Amino acid sequence: MAVIFPRAANLLIPALLVVAPPGGIAAVAGAWYYFSPEFTDVGYAPDQPVPYSHKLHAGELGIDCRYCHNTVEQGHRAAVPPTSTCMNCHKVVKTDSPVLEPIRNAAENPDDPVEWTRVHLLPDYAYFDHSVHMAASVGCVSCHGRVDQMVTVHQEEPLSMGWCLKCHKNPEPNLRPAGAITEMAWTQADHPEFDATARAGEVTPPQHCSGCHR
Amino acid sequence: MTTKVYTEADQLRGDVHVRAPLVLGGLDFNGVTEKIAAVIEKPDKRWFAALAFSLALLSIYGVCIVIVVWEGIGVWGNRAPVYWGWPIVNFVFWIGIGHAGTLISAILFLFRQKWRTGINRSAEAMTLFAVVCALSFPTIHVGRIWLLYWFAPLPNQMDVWPNFRSPLLWDFFAVSVYGSVSALFWFTGCVPDFATMRDRADTQLKRIAYGAVALGWRGSNRHWHNYEVAYLILAGISTPLVLSVHSIVSFDFATSQLPGWHTTIFPPYFVAGAIFSGFGMVMTLLIPSRKIFDLEEIITIRHMENMCKIILLTGTMVGYAYGMEFFIAWYGQNPYESFAFVNRAFGPYAWAYWIMISCNVFIPQVFWIKKFRTTPWIMFIISIFVNIGMWFERFVIIVTSLTADFLPSSWGYFSPTIIDVGCFVGSFGLFGTLYCLFVRFVPQVSITEVKVVMEQADPHWEGYHLAEEGH
Repeated sequence: MAVIFPRAANLLIPALLVVAPPGGIAAVAGAWYYFSPEFTDVGYAPDQPVPYSHKLHAGELGIDCRYCHNTVEQGHRAAVPPTSTCMNCHKVVKTDSPVLEPIRNAAENPDDPVEWTRVHLLPDYAYFDHSVHMAASVGCVSCHGRVDQMVTVHQEEPLSMGWCLKCHKNPEPNLRPAGAITEMAWTQADHPEFDATARAGEVTPPQHCSGCHR
Repeated sequence: MTTKVYTEADQLRGDVHVRAPLVLGGLDFNGVTEKIAAVIEKPDKRWFAALAFSLALLSIYGVCIVIVVWEGIGVWGNRAPVYWGWPIVNFVFWIGIGHAGTLISAILFLFRQKWRTGINRSAEAMTLFAVVCALSFPTIHVGRIWLLYWFAPLPNQMDVWPNFRSPLLWDFFAVSVYGSVSALFWFTGCVPDFATMRDRADTQLKRIAYGAVALGWRGSNRHWHNYEVAYLILAGISTPLVLSVHSIVSFDFATSQLPGWHTTIFPPYFVAGAIFSGFGMVMTLLIPSRKIFDLEEIITIRHMENMCKIILLTGTMVGYAYGMEFFIAWYGQNPYESFAFVNRAFGPYAWAYWIMISCNVFIPQVFWIKKFRTTPWIMFIISIFVNIGMWFERFVIIVTSLTADFLPSSWGYFSPTIIDVGCFVGSFGLFGTLYCLFVRFVPQVSITEVKVVMEQADPHWEGYHLAEEGH
């Protein structure tokens, strides 16, 4: 009978058996690493219409986070401030700075606001409430990083579900006294007088599906 | 030495001292090969008609799937309180169908039931296609099918892991194992036949295609030895699956606390029903098939009669389970359980319940009469009733328990939508298309195994040493 396949065809199946298992593992590992928000989202730092520096305002000038993001203790969102908040100071400070032109323009023309680009965005199907996390005394820095050192704000943490759950399962390392929530440099190591274990006993973060997917 | 010509009369004589022959019409080894290969080499016009019809139904399924995925599963009739409607009914129906193939190929093999060789190939193929149809329903039922991989235990950024305490997950594993083992078993059995088809091929394309799936089979002694060992091992692996898969499917219901579902009889009762429905479907396929493809001398009336006996047995077992459910509902003195069963038989779904009882328990009883077990058109009609009855069994179990549970304020009545009907009817198109393609390209009877049960293969056969005809 005529030969249909060359002798080398015999190697196909052993070759497949050798390639398939590592190939499958590589595909899973690749998807796990490259498709996760830790790879895709961390470091996102969009350009803003005004080069507002958190390093200058929150860091060097020491303005409290809540001066601008004033709804954070009551609302689910930490509001981006209205132009009038900026103008509280900039009416008298740097009144002729060219980079502040969009701010002054927005103050005079309320129909033409400054269009900031959102940095931290959770999916619509995840319910998140800032006030709850404030009440549980989780520091801003836990999720947002050292914003007081950022000239341009970037996403520091993955904000993935697994990352949320890590703290919901064990909130203790991220808790602090209620008065120190916005203190970016505060750490538990520097403040041994704070009893994180006792505080953790008072907060009950949900771990069931409908805690966040309502 | 000429081959003795056996006829149906030899098979039906009923002489207990003589084993009835399994290949009729005086076929020798070569005759068997020619007969089975002819189905593939000379396609019948009616095959094209069957394929066209199946494809038409399949396109209905395709359209319905697009609608379900695009619009969401709200297009089905699944509403409070019945969130498991027809799609789950269809899933259980199809997965049950598959069991006959595994029983024939594995358990009958281990018990050395020689008559399995005429029907095992097509029954196993039917198993595979039924598993495909069955899996299509949970796949679209998840709604967001692009997230289907969440079923698998893969590392992910959500830290979500399958819930290993959920019977739905056991189902996922049971059915995937079942599908892959069945496919492997079926393929292993096909290898020598693919080699036969390769050697008979008249075009280079066929030689390459059959050659590739024949895996270099040359029929050497060592090949046969390895083949027999592999086949036996796979039969051993498949055997527990006959019992385990539908047991686990029944856990979807039995591990819940719903009256009418929460019963320990479910696993054996489901397995018996699955084998019952599977043999019904094998008969529905083989009775026309053996006629159209001229295989009545290989898939003989005796094969059919044996399957009728299994249908009679398993149908009666299912009937016993129905009775036992009622007995326990009364004996257990749980008012919710009693209500669930009285409601099944005499409540708003009494019509479905009595269709189920008639088709599954009463109608198969005619197989006590030999005349009915040996007349193909009667068997065909009864096999259709079996299929109908077993679909209704799942409908009754799922819908009656869900529509009337503990809380009367949430009781309801389930009505399917046109999409439900389209998906169910369309799934027969998927099944039919796959089966049509199978009979067109794969020897639908195992050429190899049929020869083994012929008297010519027996060293004690009077003409054994004189046999000249090759195969």
